[in-house]
Amino acid sequence: MSDVDVRKVVIDPLVDNNPVTLQVLGICSALAVTTSLLPALLMCVALTSVAALSTAAISSIRNYIPNNIRIIVQMTVIASFVIVVDQLLRAYAFETSKQLSVFVGLIITNCIVLGRAEAFAMKNGVGLSFLDGLGNGLGYSAILIIVATIRELFGAGTLLGYRILPLVSDGGWYEANGLLLLPPSAFFIIGLLIWAIRSWKRAQAEQPDYRIHAVHRTEVL
Amino acid sequence: MPDDASSTPKRSRDSISNTLIVAIGVSFVCSILVASAAILLKPRQLKNEEEFRQRIILDVAGLYEPGVDLASLYASIEERTIELASGEQAPVYLVMDGARTEQVILPIQGAGLWSTMYGYLAVENDGNTVRGLRFYSHAETPGLGDQVDKPTWREQWQGKKLYGPDGAPRIEVVKGPAPDDSDYQIDGLAGATLTGRGVSVFVRHWIGEQGYGPYLKTLGEEESR
Repeated sequence: MSDVDVRKVVIDPLVDNNPVTLQVLGICSALAVTTSLLPALLMCVALTSVAALSTAAISSIRNYIPNNIRIIVQMTVIASFVIVVDQLLRAYAFETSKQLSVFVGLIITNCIVLGRAEAFAMKNGVGLSFLDGLGNGLGYSAILIIVATIRELFGAGTLLGYRILPLVSDGGWYEANGLLLLPPSAFFIIGLLIWAIRSWKRAQAEQPDYRIHAVHRTEVL
Repeated sequence: MPDDASSTPKRSRDSISNTLIVAIGVSFVCSILVASAAILLKPRQLKNEEEFRQRIILDVAGLYEPGVDLASLYASIEERTIELASGEQAPVYLVMDGARTEQVILPIQGAGLWSTMYGYLAVENDGNTVRGLRFYSHAETPGLGDQVDKPTWREQWQGKKLYGPDGAPRIEVVKGPAPDDSDYQIDGLAGATLTGRGVSVFVRHWIGEQGYGPYLKTLGEEESR
């Protein structure tokens, strides 16, 4: 694997081919775990390690996986890694894993992980697949961290539980925006991020499916 | 990197025997991975669960503050066993203030919507006023039923009365918002009416004749003497 390949598979998913903002995958968990930064960080670690390890594992057996059961084999491998990560979190980050509740388990159905397994790991070597999983996990993480930082900072006035903006209710000056703690706010923030990225990287903007033309009535007749 | 699938001919890869071998092999390796993770981490997880349970007991009694030494704080709580009407033994946890019982923490459990919910109800020494209610284990719907863990909802329990003037259990979780001046009613949870109903039913059961009712009555009488 050349340096160019390595750079491409790790750096590309961060902005140019971001799984959340370009492919719009993994939105469900991006809404659910971003009310505060700590669970979001833990979710990032969990998803990135699952994505990297499962793509590497799938890539290592890609030449033996029969075509007609390949999705089942991929799911089995991914599910096993998710369970291991979930068990680790329960043992070493008990409190936060309680906050993440079902969302660690739902990494199994996260389209990013299965998508990379099917689209990349089935056709590329172990090392490159590992880096691809890592890169996509990091791309997802970047968005989650941005969203969670905005939501926790302006929704609760804290970051990682430390008070940054003193609240009016505690004698400070900041009135917390409760909307940011509710799921729809994550939609708004991700939407604005997509807008910002696509204004910066014009190539990401999609062509509209239909164009509306001004047509003179006589021409139609 | 070129695809080196040519090293294994496509036909043998898709043969029934290879399909079975790969399916069984992958399942076998994955099950060993999952089983060993579960077994190796079990002791640590159980310790976490136990500490969490102790923390909930302290928290429901209003004694817990972040950063305190859990074990020494928990040691100040006295565990007793009482006999219920059915003859079953049940634990109660007493917070003592000298020789006087300051409050009592009762383990409660019952069916929510999907799951059995396990928690603690802290009651003041009059045997009637609630200090707090908290669950340490349940599997209610994430985002709906699990709002029972939200501090804003839990705090409402504080100061509510368990029994009406006639001595019958009266506390309940209503559907929608509870009247502000109510001594007995707690706001329902949006989207989780059935979880709330379950909580009402089993809290009333545990404070009733079959549960800790007689014990709370004795406690209240002793105190008012």
